[in-house]
Amino acid sequence: MSTIILALVIGAAFGAVLDRVGATNPNYIGKMLNLTNLHLAKTILLAIGVGSVLMFGGQMAGLVDVGHMSVKSAYTGVLIGGLLLGAGWAASGYCPGTGLAAAASGRRDALVYAAGGLVGAAAYMVTYPMWKSAGIVSGKALTLGAVPGARYDALLPSVSGDLIGIVAGAVLIVTAFLLPDRITARPAPAPAEWPGARSQVSDFGLLD
Amino acid sequence: MILNWKLGGLALGLVFFAAVLLVKPIGVSTQFVILDGILWDAVTPEVVTQEADGAYTSSNAYLAKSGGKYAKSVANPVNYSFIFVLAMMLGAFASSFLRKGVPAGEKIMPAIWRANYGDSTAKRFILAFASGFVVLYGARLAGGCTSGHMMSGMMQTAISGYIFAAGAFAAAVPTALLMFRKEI
Repeated sequence: MSTIILALVIGAAFGAVLDRVGATNPNYIGKMLNLTNLHLAKTILLAIGVGSVLMFGGQMAGLVDVGHMSVKSAYTGVLIGGLLLGAGWAASGYCPGTGLAAAASGRRDALVYAAGGLVGAAAYMVTYPMWKSAGIVSGKALTLGAVPGARYDALLPSVSGDLIGIVAGAVLIVTAFLLPDRITARPAPAPAEWPGARSQVSDFGLLD
Repeated sequence: MILNWKLGGLALGLVFFAAVLLVKPIGVSTQFVILDGILWDAVTPEVVTQEADGAYTSSNAYLAKSGGKYAKSVANPVNYSFIFVLAMMLGAFASSFLRKGVPAGEKIMPAIWRANYGDSTAKRFILAFASGFVVLYGARLAGGCTSGHMMSGMMQTAISGYIFAAGAFAAAVPTALLMFRKEI
């Protein structure tokens, strides 16, 4: 029962924060991925970095149960799947979590996306034996360094997994601060703004 | 109004940390499979079965893999991971409600899509459906999505997380650069 209460509290917090940082808004995803507004990338890098530093710091201090770590296996399918996901993520502006959250926030195209997701997941369930026999969906769960008490092997067994975790987290945090607001060149100013353009844009929350 | 990235990033990072401190790292995409399994099992009850020793298994090889852990979740939907995703949707709904919802012009398609591809609802919905299909197929092939692999994985210095993130951005950035040339 208590795990269900935790699921409700942590899940609701996650959904609310995703919405508040703009991750449920496909405009921000599109502008991050076409490199014209990296606000969301900075948010995500900072978040992963903060999570990393707190988790590995907590594990070193004995405050966080190492057994809670859940490291996924690395195999060729991770890269192929990542490429597929990336293409659909950019085209729609939704990933699995933010798509569901966006549908809940009132976006109808996200609801259609979620329906497509259910069919895509079902298609994988049916075609799984093919990938399995191709031998590209199993591998080893590895962390960068050796984490004391964890059941995972390390890519660099002689390095402390906790320390390298804190360093990796710090690198992500510093990257978030160093990342510019945009990478692609700003286009030449449009000859004339169409009437109401500014108010429309502000409706999308892009003039925050 | 969205949160400033420093505040938003800190808040999101604290949620990631709370999840691993109290239960386990965040992940979402598996629950698409679980819901599919629940729907499938509702239509064809013999899809998920319980054996004499109490273990769950399935006629579907994917649901039966890893000792039937997915089959077990299908048979018992009131479990942490499934409720987590439902709660995530509730949280997003509440947050959206408090900021007075998605603007009317955004409900069918985002501005960035409209600026590049016009007003056709059918066009946007077909693309959204196809994207959902490709994303979830890819996420299941990879064994996780943006939350499980990229966020939770990189947080734990998982090699799989770095590989996944490299693949996702290698496809996503060129796709977005090609598809969304007009800025909003």
